[in-house]
Amino acid sequence: MEGQQHPVGLYFKVWGLLFLLSALSYMVDLFHLEGLLRWTLILALMMAKAGLIVAVFMHLRWERLALVCLVVVPPAALLVLAGMMATESDYLFLLRSTLFR
Amino acid sequence: MSAEFTTAADMPPAEAAPPRAGWPGMATDLSGDRRMFHVPWGKAMMWIFLLSDTFIFGTFLTGYMSVRMATTTPWPNPSEVFALTIGGAHLPLILIAIMTFVLISSSGTMAMAVNYAYRRDRRRCAALMAVTAAFGALFVGMQAFEWSKLIEEGVRPWGNPMGSAQFGASFFMITGFHGLHVTAGVLYLSIVARGVARGAYEKKGYGIVEIAGLYWHFVDLVWVFIFALFYLW
Repeated sequence: MEGQQHPVGLYFKVWGLLFLLSALSYMVDLFHLEGLLRWTLILALMMAKAGLIVAVFMHLRWERLALVCLVVVPPAALLVLAGMMATESDYLFLLRSTLFR
Repeated sequence: MSAEFTTAADMPPAEAAPPRAGWPGMATDLSGDRRMFHVPWGKAMMWIFLLSDTFIFGTFLTGYMSVRMATTTPWPNPSEVFALTIGGAHLPLILIAIMTFVLISSSGTMAMAVNYAYRRDRRRCAALMAVTAAFGALFVGMQAFEWSKLIEEGVRPWGNPMGSAQFGASFFMITGFHGLHVTAGVLYLSIVARGVARGAYEKKGYGIVEIAGLYWHFVDLVWVFIFALFYLW
């Protein structure tokens, strides 16, 4: 067997699921959900969609662990960067609110 | 090189001479014929490229998060900025929703194209790749419409009438770079589809379609993050 081959039915299922999840994301905005609920839903739906695309469409589910780690581990560094920048931005916001009113 | 791998080729020879230094050393190192990922080299290379691209978009989105969190001026409401009135109905964020569905559909047709490629069904594979590229072109077209609408409303990379100046900078930078990726993808898919239709990969095998597919799904993947973090925040 050559390359990554999987039943077309599986792709159709994932396709449908991605449509559904995108529709739900859109609903979050349409119904003006706010605060923690909005953020939880936006991020959960985002991660679910991203996971489906990477795992099934990009076949990462069926690749060897070495390749999976190559792709999945380094982006964790971006989360660290985002965390640091969030802290920094909070501080900047505080400074600006205090000094530039 | 065939796609098979042998355990013997993975191991350095037992009586290996001390490795050479400098440029010749680098050449022998890189041509050492040792495999790590056990996939065709083109696929490994595409994954590594996509990993680098992940960092580009990841840092863009982190930068956008930073300026948005730090600004004391009100951020324009994307829901309203990207609303359209169609047939008298005011629909918030509708264009972006349609663009999202178009890109997801293109990912579906691409996955099927890879499937038909490995079944050696050239005609269906090329047709599905052409449909994928057409969806991509449609997406870029809608993005061009979105950009011209915003530019008309006075949104610039350095300011806009709706609120925070950082809005324009983030918007043009992130969606522009993504749109560039989609455009390059449309060209890439078209070239590979032409090769498939002509039977250029009959001897080599159809790994190239899977590799092109990886790139295309990645473009869709990035849009998932942009949609959530830029348009829904």
